[in-house]
Amino acid sequence: MIQSLLSVEDLSISFASEIKSLNTVNEVSFKAADQDFLGIVGESGCGKTLTALAIMKLLPSNAISSGRILFEGKDILAYKDKDLQKIRGSKISMIFQEPMTSLNPVFTVGNQIAEVLITHQSMSAKEAINKTIELLKVVQIPSPELRVNDYPHQMSGGMRQRVMIAMAVACKPSLLIADEPTTALDVTIQAQILELLGSLQERNRMSLLFITHDLGIVAEYASRVMVMYAGRIVEKSPVQDMFINPRHPYTIGLLESLPGKKGAKLKPIPGQVPNTESLPSGCKFRTRCRYVIEECHLKEPSLKPAGNSEHLSRCIRAMEL
Amino acid sequence: MNIFWKRFKQNRLATAGGVMVLLLFIVAAFAPLISPFDPNEIDRNSILEPPSEVHILGTDDLGRDVFSRMIFGSWISLAVGFVAVGIATFIGIIFGALSGYYGGWTDRIIMRFVDIMLSIPTLFLILAVIAFIGPSIWNIMIIIGLTSWMGVARLVRAEFLSLKEREFILAAKAMGAGDMRIIFSHIMPNSMSPVFISAVLGVAAAILLESALSFLGLGIQPPTPSWGNILTLGKDNIEIAWWLSVFPGLAILFTVLAYNLVGEGLRDALDPRLWQRGR
Repeated sequence: MIQSLLSVEDLSISFASEIKSLNTVNEVSFKAADQDFLGIVGESGCGKTLTALAIMKLLPSNAISSGRILFEGKDILAYKDKDLQKIRGSKISMIFQEPMTSLNPVFTVGNQIAEVLITHQSMSAKEAINKTIELLKVVQIPSPELRVNDYPHQMSGGMRQRVMIAMAVACKPSLLIADEPTTALDVTIQAQILELLGSLQERNRMSLLFITHDLGIVAEYASRVMVMYAGRIVEKSPVQDMFINPRHPYTIGLLESLPGKKGAKLKPIPGQVPNTESLPSGCKFRTRCRYVIEECHLKEPSLKPAGNSEHLSRCIRAMEL
Repeated sequence: MNIFWKRFKQNRLATAGGVMVLLLFIVAAFAPLISPFDPNEIDRNSILEPPSEVHILGTDDLGRDVFSRMIFGSWISLAVGFVAVGIATFIGIIFGALSGYYGGWTDRIIMRFVDIMLSIPTLFLILAVIAFIGPSIWNIMIIIGLTSWMGVARLVRAEFLSLKEREFILAAKAMGAGDMRIIFSHIMPNSMSPVFISAVLGVAAAILLESALSFLGLGIQPPTPSWGNILTLGKDNIEIAWWLSVFPGLAILFTVLAYNLVGEGLRDALDPRLWQRGR
């Protein structure tokens, strides 16, 4: 088998509190090949962002992670800080959810982009600024020669997210993690940003790990999807397959709660994501599942092929759905 | 910056403080030009003369012109104030930054050290140290600096504690910035406004401390003029020469007031929370 760009194996993340430790991410495994577009979908608090931060090794200091994260064949969790700093921003980059707070308020955006170039590609300040203007053009910021001297507060949310993207792709990383990059933006701007990310992915031949709670985005752009619930992967499959044949009740619930035909009522998933401190026994979704049977209470089902070998589901009734 | 400047100017007291500070700077910078006499020139024919047209603030017990001595003394005050605060701010920023950024044991050790330093009465510590190493203007500056950095350290630590959790710091890390770069080029510039304010207020405190030391005879040594040691002479002759006590005292009052007004004006102008209130 060809070595994949990123391979996450049995990643678990827990937080030790004084009373007990909380498992927030549980045995998550997935792979991303070169030029992959992988979507991670789930509700707030299901461990999407933590998984992403773990790949950058930027978890809060009280988090304990186990498992392996292989990037280009080497385990990131075993890297030293110095080596990590070389990789971050140059080979793996990340875009955050909140463009309003992700830029340093006291520096011009040009300065901040140039800093990445100077750090990783040892450019001179002048080269870096020229390259920065070029990058701003790539992310479609009008009159980049002027905007390069703007401070973040002089820009709109969409513009700032473009700046973040420019910064993230400045060194042509092979993996870009986008953590809900469009959640804080207007719908019209969302579409533009997605379009931009899609075109950059093709142009730079990078792999994109796209975290979102919007299945619509995933349907349109991603090639493979992973659905997470309560820190676990509950379904993993190529994108079309998942939309045609969802094999997990949670995925079905998410699909049904998408706005569809005009006038059709939305069907929300009843209940709330259970608190990490008090997860139910057996299947973690059983409290909200309408297909629940006696067996669901006993043992947590494992992630098994459902239908074909590419399509995995964590449900004992996967084939009946 | 413009909003800030506007806010500062709207505050009349702060503007007055600013003018007073400016005046002190001019007086100190042009001391040799302004002063009518050599501050150390002894005139046996005019000992302890009250204010007159020739000696507008009178003379001291050696016949030296008090006005000239005070003008030269202002240079000393300014120099001590700024150098001491510079040292204190530098140490405070370094300790505060390390403490706030790294947390854990680094933080605990530095903060306990700060507590120990704060629990020692500064004036007595300075007196004891000066008694050992001997008074000189440089020693005074360094000692005042070394004993007044704790406030700055706490301020900077508090700023770092909140700033390091901000998203742009995480973003900077994700772009490959190392600890030193995060501390010095990402967090520090964002934490400077309270430090700046406390430095301005610190200048007033340092000037006051210098005057106290000189008054006790462990500060600036005669014949170099300083407001504190003119006051000492005033104390010895208070029954016959009130001008020796009153004028240097007023000068100290004026200076400390000026810096405090500017400092508080800056605080109001730099605090965006106060901008909301209509004025």
